[in-house]
Amino acid sequence: MSETNVAASGASVEPSQPRPTAEPAARRGPGADAAPLIHARKLTKRFGEFTAVDGVDFDVQPGEAFGFLGPNGAGKTSTMRMIGCTSPISDGELSVLDMNPRRDGPRIRARLGVVPQHDTLDNELTVRENLLIYGRYFGLPREECARRADELLDFVQLSDRGKDLVEPLSGGMKRRLTIARSLINEPDLMLLDEPTTGLDPQARHLLWDRLYRLKQRGVTLVLTTHYMDEAEQLCDRLVVMDKAKIVAEGSPRQLIERYSTKEVAEFRFAPGIQETLDGQFDGLAERIERLPDRVLLYADDGEDVVASARSRGLHPETVLVRRSTLEDVFLRLTGRSLIE
Amino acid sequence: MTALRLTPMFAFGSRRALRMIERNLLVYKHGWLVLFSGFFEPLFYLLSIGFGLGRLVGDVTGPGGEPIPYALFVAPALLAASAMNGAITESTFNFFFKLNYDKTFASILTTPMSPADISLGELAWALIRGGLYTVGFLAVMVLFGMVRSPLILLTLPGALLIGFAFAAVGMAATSFMRTWQDFDLIQLVVLPMFLFSGTFFPLDSFPEGARIIIQLTPLYQGVDLLRTLAVGVVGPDTLVHVAYLTTMGLIGLAVVSRRLDKLLLK
Repeated sequence: MSETNVAASGASVEPSQPRPTAEPAARRGPGADAAPLIHARKLTKRFGEFTAVDGVDFDVQPGEAFGFLGPNGAGKTSTMRMIGCTSPISDGELSVLDMNPRRDGPRIRARLGVVPQHDTLDNELTVRENLLIYGRYFGLPREECARRADELLDFVQLSDRGKDLVEPLSGGMKRRLTIARSLINEPDLMLLDEPTTGLDPQARHLLWDRLYRLKQRGVTLVLTTHYMDEAEQLCDRLVVMDKAKIVAEGSPRQLIERYSTKEVAEFRFAPGIQETLDGQFDGLAERIERLPDRVLLYADDGEDVVASARSRGLHPETVLVRRSTLEDVFLRLTGRSLIE
Repeated sequence: MTALRLTPMFAFGSRRALRMIERNLLVYKHGWLVLFSGFFEPLFYLLSIGFGLGRLVGDVTGPGGEPIPYALFVAPALLAASAMNGAITESTFNFFFKLNYDKTFASILTTPMSPADISLGELAWALIRGGLYTVGFLAVMVLFGMVRSPLILLTLPGALLIGFAFAAVGMAATSFMRTWQDFDLIQLVVLPMFLFSGTFFPLDSFPEGARIIIQLTPLYQGVDLLRTLAVGVVGPDTLVHVAYLTTMGLIGLAVVSRRLDKLLLK
């Protein structure tokens, strides 16, 4: 497993990809033609003795949807807060929108849209007032705030709730309102910290749809998630974080190709049986993971594995052949499931 | 630019602080009755102690040496004490809670607003509210026929100055607070000040040594400032009080502006 743990954090970004240049001030070396929206080298966050983010390197390009994938406590939120200029960096280098968060916090924040992990809506105000006052924090004129508020309520399908207080809204509605709020300043860069955690499937799909539309409009999205499907749906490129470090980097497809196989056969046995099967899976697949409740066999042809297993006299209670996902990548890289 | 942006030393917050006042106005639009809560505290004290107890006490020596009714003696002091209490509550406990735990304020920090903008805005709002209470209290004094001099109108800016001085120092003190227990210390300072700063009985009823200590306390400065204005007997002392409270406020702001971001942006 050791060869897979090579940190991809140092991997350079493909220079071939054409990207729109928002900022002409490209002060980096000749290798990078356009300035990335976010540039981090050896970025570190410490809280006393505890290191939450341990020297990570990454770049986010304009127009990209970039994800931080990892379990709770991996350092995703701390990284997001540093990018959002609400948490000073402890060490390393970070530039956001070609500015320095240490000096230019307010100027950077003026161009960000932030969706925090937990809803931070103003419960003392109505839905529409939440948007109005938020626009004012950005210094927008009142009429402009009003115009954008109505437009955004429409965008997140909350127009009929404008006059209601925030509290009675459902979780999905609050999330949508938070996204609308983060768009009031027409941000160049959106930071979404676990945008759909805790939502039901319908609410999640509606939210993904809205985020996808934003991406189509050219808004750069940076999100954290511990949902594989979310990362696969939304991210062009992502980094896998574990224990404060980046352990892999690439597009969802690339990561699956690099760290997993095309297909996975999942075998589930009656309780107590799996423990008696030592050695019986050897040679059946490229790689075998034995989890407490099931055995995962990684191969390019899952059905093939099932057939060979049956011919060896293995009789699992249920069999599932599926495509590899980022979950498998994560398991491979860290030896643990993503959501315990 | 706010008036407080005099020199880089006192650079604290920006014009964005005004947005906090806007937010508060929006909030109070939904329940403006809450605004009146702070009006009643000094009024009840005035009725019970000023008039109730005053009946037993009779006249006391006023700032000019002349005897004045006890109610008139105590009224400006209550105004000063309530300006202090309002400012202290707002700038210590509430301020610490808002910036560290209140999610609303966390969300405001993700906009260009800085902790200094938020604190300054909330401070300004607290002063505006305090100003409204003062106006209400003065109206009551007029109603009870307690007006001796047009200078009483100056108790309004006077009360605002007291509020500003205590709020700035309160915020500065809060920036050193580590736990909620530390806030008990503030009460340990505020309560004796409230009771013994010449609020309820004249300075000359204290022994010599205590008198000097009392005269050095900021609340005494505020009480005597408002009392001289309300009775209409001003002198060099009045200017000393103003200078004392202004200096106190500016020092408080200078300390806060250096410590705030570091403490609140973790």
